[in-house]
Amino acid sequence: MSAAAPQETGAELPAAVPALEVADFRLAYRVRGTDREAVRGVSFEVARGESYGLVGESGCGKSTVAFAAMRYLPRNARVTSGEIRIDGADLFRMDDAGLRRLRSHTVSMVYQNPGTALNPSIRVGDQVAESFRVLDVARDEAHQRARAMLVKVQISDPVGVMRRYPHQLSGGMQQRVVIAMALASNPSLLILDEPTTGLDATVEAEVLDLVAALRREFRTSVLFISHNLGVIARMCDRIGVLYGGRLVEEGATETLLRDPRHPYTVGLLRAVPMWGESKDRGVLDTIPGFPPPIGAVIPGCVFADRCGLAEDRCHEEEPALYETGAGHQSRCFFHERAQELPVSAGLEAPAGAPGPGGDGARDTGTSGAAGLLMRLDHLSKTFHQEGHDVRALADISLTIRRGEVLGLVGESGSGKTTLARSLLGLTAPDVGSIVELDDSPLGPRVTHRTREQVREIQIVFQNPDSSLNRRHSVHRIIGRALAKLLGLRGDARERRIVELTRSVRLDRPALDAKPAQLSGGLKQRVAIARAFAGDPRVVVCDEPTSALDVSVQAAILNLLVDLQRDEGVTYLFISHDLGVVRFVSDRIAVLYLGRLMEVGPADTVFRGPHHPYTEALLSAAPILRGGARERIRLSGEIPSAASPPSGCVFHTRCPRKLGAVCEDTEPPLAEAEPGHLMSCHIPIEELRRLQLGATGSATGEPGR
Amino acid sequence: MSAVEEVSAELDAGRSRQGRRAVRGERWRVLRRSPTFLAGAVIVGSWVVCAAFGGLIETHSPFAVDVLHRFARPSSSNWFGTDELGRDVFSRVVEGARGILVVAPLATAIGTVAGTAIGLVTGYYRGVVDDVLMRVVDAFLAVPAVVLGLLALVALGPSNLTVVVVIGIVFTPIIARTVRAAVLAERELEYVQAARLRNERAPYVMFVEILPNVTAPILVEFTVRLGYAIFTLATLSFLGLGIQPPAPDWGVTIFNNYVYLTGGVWWPTLFPAIAIASLVVGVNLVSDALTQVFER
Amino acid sequence: MGRFVVRRVGLAVLTLWLLATIVFVGVHVLPGDVGRRILGPFAAPEAVATLNHQLGADRPLAVQYWDWLSTAVRGDLGESLSFRVPVSSLLGPAVLNSLKLALVAFLLVVPLGILGGIAAGLSRGRAVDRLVTVGGLSATVVPEFVSSIVVILVFAVQLRWLPVTAQAPAGSGPGTQLRYLILPAIPLVFVLFGYIARITRAGMVEALDADYTRTAVLKGISQRTVIVRHVLRNALLPTIAVVATQTGYLIGGLVVIEFIFNYQGLGQLTFQAAQKLDFPLLQGTVMVMGIVFLVTTLVADIGYSLLNPRIRYGSTE
Repeated sequence: MSAAAPQETGAELPAAVPALEVADFRLAYRVRGTDREAVRGVSFEVARGESYGLVGESGCGKSTVAFAAMRYLPRNARVTSGEIRIDGADLFRMDDAGLRRLRSHTVSMVYQNPGTALNPSIRVGDQVAESFRVLDVARDEAHQRARAMLVKVQISDPVGVMRRYPHQLSGGMQQRVVIAMALASNPSLLILDEPTTGLDATVEAEVLDLVAALRREFRTSVLFISHNLGVIARMCDRIGVLYGGRLVEEGATETLLRDPRHPYTVGLLRAVPMWGESKDRGVLDTIPGFPPPIGAVIPGCVFADRCGLAEDRCHEEEPALYETGAGHQSRCFFHERAQELPVSAGLEAPAGAPGPGGDGARDTGTSGAAGLLMRLDHLSKTFHQEGHDVRALADISLTIRRGEVLGLVGESGSGKTTLARSLLGLTAPDVGSIVELDDSPLGPRVTHRTREQVREIQIVFQNPDSSLNRRHSVHRIIGRALAKLLGLRGDARERRIVELTRSVRLDRPALDAKPAQLSGGLKQRVAIARAFAGDPRVVVCDEPTSALDVSVQAAILNLLVDLQRDEGVTYLFISHDLGVVRFVSDRIAVLYLGRLMEVGPADTVFRGPHHPYTEALLSAAPILRGGARERIRLSGEIPSAASPPSGCVFHTRCPRKLGAVCEDTEPPLAEAEPGHLMSCHIPIEELRRLQLGATGSATGEPGR
Repeated sequence: MSAVEEVSAELDAGRSRQGRRAVRGERWRVLRRSPTFLAGAVIVGSWVVCAAFGGLIETHSPFAVDVLHRFARPSSSNWFGTDELGRDVFSRVVEGARGILVVAPLATAIGTVAGTAIGLVTGYYRGVVDDVLMRVVDAFLAVPAVVLGLLALVALGPSNLTVVVVIGIVFTPIIARTVRAAVLAERELEYVQAARLRNERAPYVMFVEILPNVTAPILVEFTVRLGYAIFTLATLSFLGLGIQPPAPDWGVTIFNNYVYLTGGVWWPTLFPAIAIASLVVGVNLVSDALTQVFER
Repeated sequence: MGRFVVRRVGLAVLTLWLLATIVFVGVHVLPGDVGRRILGPFAAPEAVATLNHQLGADRPLAVQYWDWLSTAVRGDLGESLSFRVPVSSLLGPAVLNSLKLALVAFLLVVPLGILGGIAAGLSRGRAVDRLVTVGGLSATVVPEFVSSIVVILVFAVQLRWLPVTAQAPAGSGPGTQLRYLILPAIPLVFVLFGYIARITRAGMVEALDADYTRTAVLKGISQRTVIVRHVLRNALLPTIAVVATQTGYLIGGLVVIEFIFNYQGLGQLTFQAAQKLDFPLLQGTVMVMGIVFLVTTLVADIGYSLLNPRIRYGSTE
């Protein structure tokens, strides 16, 4: 256990007393008369000045632990045993006054969704000042200290911000305000529960940097909770892995990631695409099955049902915590050979026979083979809102080649969703826009297109909860698509339904189910089956795995990759997760504020030389493994699409801005080298020199 | 575990953890245990029985005039006493249930069907159609239901059929409003867009895709409006424009007898009043329970 | 903000015009032969024709419509058939009387409803909540004439605490007038209480469950301060929006209540017009009701947007 230097907090405490101590903590929720255990005896400590990360998927109990550490639990929650101590004080034995004092002086929390965490009817300044008033500070002084705190969280116009209401601030600024409120009392312990989920990549990077810097300055202990291993790896000294309400592995970050000793951790690490890894080199490993529901009664090891190493003993007896090294523990009988976990991706049922016209012959050809399939030219879309026009897409020119996977990357306001919708005909682009499929122009809306054209372009949506009709059975959902798009009826249709279900690795019983009865991963498979029902040539994948758990994501990504290869379908793959995009795509296009910044082969766009914006995006993404990189930090916020900057729209934040030319002239999207288009005034050779230097890649080579 | 076993296990486990528990049987069970629902159901049920089997329950004929025994106090022979024409109040109260329990649900049903149609169309198409229709709806909503009913019935002349149609039409706007709101929300969900990408035509999307997902709010709205329909109907009857005599409608009975209150004759007024109150409260308890269950 | 107000006013005017058209249809088109309707099935055809001519009901519909609209806009709503005076002269005092009654009712029910809703929201699921919710709901659906009669029976006839009528003797001071108005206000309170309490409760529940309340509690602020400073201002916003729409139910109740309590207000006037088939008067009263409702909702709409920072300040990005 690393002991930090003694620090000054509100109270003087010996350095040895941990900021947070969770001792054999058990908690259950009382639902309709039965107790459902959510946390099963979790024990860990956060030492003074340490940053401890708690990682796990949905239902593992990590948020419960976080809220328990503040004793903020719903009425039906019951602590069945164990203790939580903060700065040595027993949390659950305190009286109300003590608890309030603890919350105001000693522990603070920052959680997801800063927009809703702030009161919409109170000015920001008053809310921040309130955090000081609670410390018995006089009104005026509280406001002054609030202003000083806002400066500390890098808000450039604190007085202006203080006068505003929360909805007038951007997401990143809101989260900074929340952080300011949390650190007002200089607490011993700061709890962060998914603080950057939902924020754009570049904004997330800034917020995380801020938290790290403040942590160093205030020497606060941090409990960081997330499902994102990359973020945890970056922010934490030690990591605890939660599964099914149990801590299954714990250790120092570096050791745990390099040398995981629990099959679940091993599986998780394998399921996340390695930085720079691509589908051509391998398949993502998956963890079969899905996490147990809260309150499930599990006699043996919580992970046994999904574990490739499990034996009978594992189902009957729960393993104790075994020491596998200094400060490294694992709850597994087979912790020594955890990394020999068999790869389970191969155990999946083989993909069903490809459908008619799809022996991979439909649109064969990897990138480089002949044939443009789709052409977008002068594609613009302007939304008219009260008072001003918002140009979501500005004169986009893009080609999509037959049989390729084109990845589309961008943050909020980039226009990627609008682009996809224009392609599909769900949103009518501005007059003068050209959208062509196989050299035939496509009408602006679905209703203006021929049946064939509509059939040929389909989509897999992000959220399977809303993309499937909750009142229709799976059989009906797929069957209707077949009937409408291919005109299939009767036996032919039934046969095709079975084929499709098998090809997405779904079994017969699922056909009679309604979406609500299926898990997220299964629902998404249904959505994929539906998209492929009509034998499309282009499938738009709009963040298809973002709403799913990590272990499930890998299975869906593998499925999408397989289907694409087998059916020869062309993908437009949209995602904010760069690792996923790199894994899946042949070419990548980068959008910023409705304009294309860069288009090129995935490898080149990733490794460089690339557009300064791409460079910043890549450096913002928290990586799990690979070399350390120099962080490029972007200043300022993403400009509003309603009033975009002049010239190159990126110049307001570009760290490599040349000068006046960037402010005056918008650089054209030109071919910087064969097959690689960029919209930048800096010549590519210059970029190569600046970004890659003499030694090689600055973004980290993929490697095991 | 192979993918096949994975799926079977999932289905055995039943439902997904996250997301709403939409299994139908679940809702019924909760409903059956709700005291509000049970109390309401009992009350409404009793009146339904009166309406259906009135003949068996009544102690006298509701129309038998007996001038010698006018204004008799409640006694063992006349449980609720007699009115100004000597008619047995108890029997008249029981008989009166039929009228209101036929007219009110019928009118509400008309309003619900019409309102749902309008709500679906305006919610789905939006644009000009929506703007125009919603302004008309707003105009109707600017005047209270009772007054609108008054106006229409005065203009058309009251008859039982007219009453049903008028009340139905008067309630259409507000039901249309509720359905429209529900449709607007559903419309934004991606499965509607997926339908468009299958070349589905508008009627299909409205009735086969969207409608099944808004039946819950429609059902709730129906029961809520039913309560108000009874309310409005009774008020109109009181004012002479509702269910026509000789049917012993409760509202009419009260109107005929309330002048005798000051004279100490309370029973021909109070019992029908309690009847109305209990029926509306019962219907509302049921609709309240349904709202709770379906809004989880 | 200014643009918003203009839009709302414009919409209100549009709705008003539509309402006028609906009323026109109701009064001139639905009855079919207006003269026949007024005089009854047994009147001589010549009498019917004369009356129709007098009323101008034999002119083409479009002409009648235009004529009515153009005079109505100038405030001339025609002449009452039964009272033989201009409709507008009858409306004035009637509206004033109804306003007094409505005011008394509002002053009673709004604070009661809001307090009830707050209490229900705070004690969610427990006794007080069930009482307020179920009790309020039950009271709402009882028709006013029923509750009026019960109330009269109990308080005026049996207990003799309050007078049976609502009309105070001429020249009475506000105190006496108030005393006469309490009893008729009670049924109105019954009708409105449930709905106001329910909306307030819903607002409270939403605010209590909101993330920002959680933030406040986790700051270590006392429960009472959290409720007063953070919860209430957000919880009461929906109530403000909704209270105005309650005027509709209020006005509807007036017809019956004023009839039973023998009070010469707008409701009573409407009913008399209906009874006597006095179409011009009926037209006038319905229009006034509509106008009152639209104005009240307009004011509430604007007030709400002033109070809700999200609408007032919009987004500055």
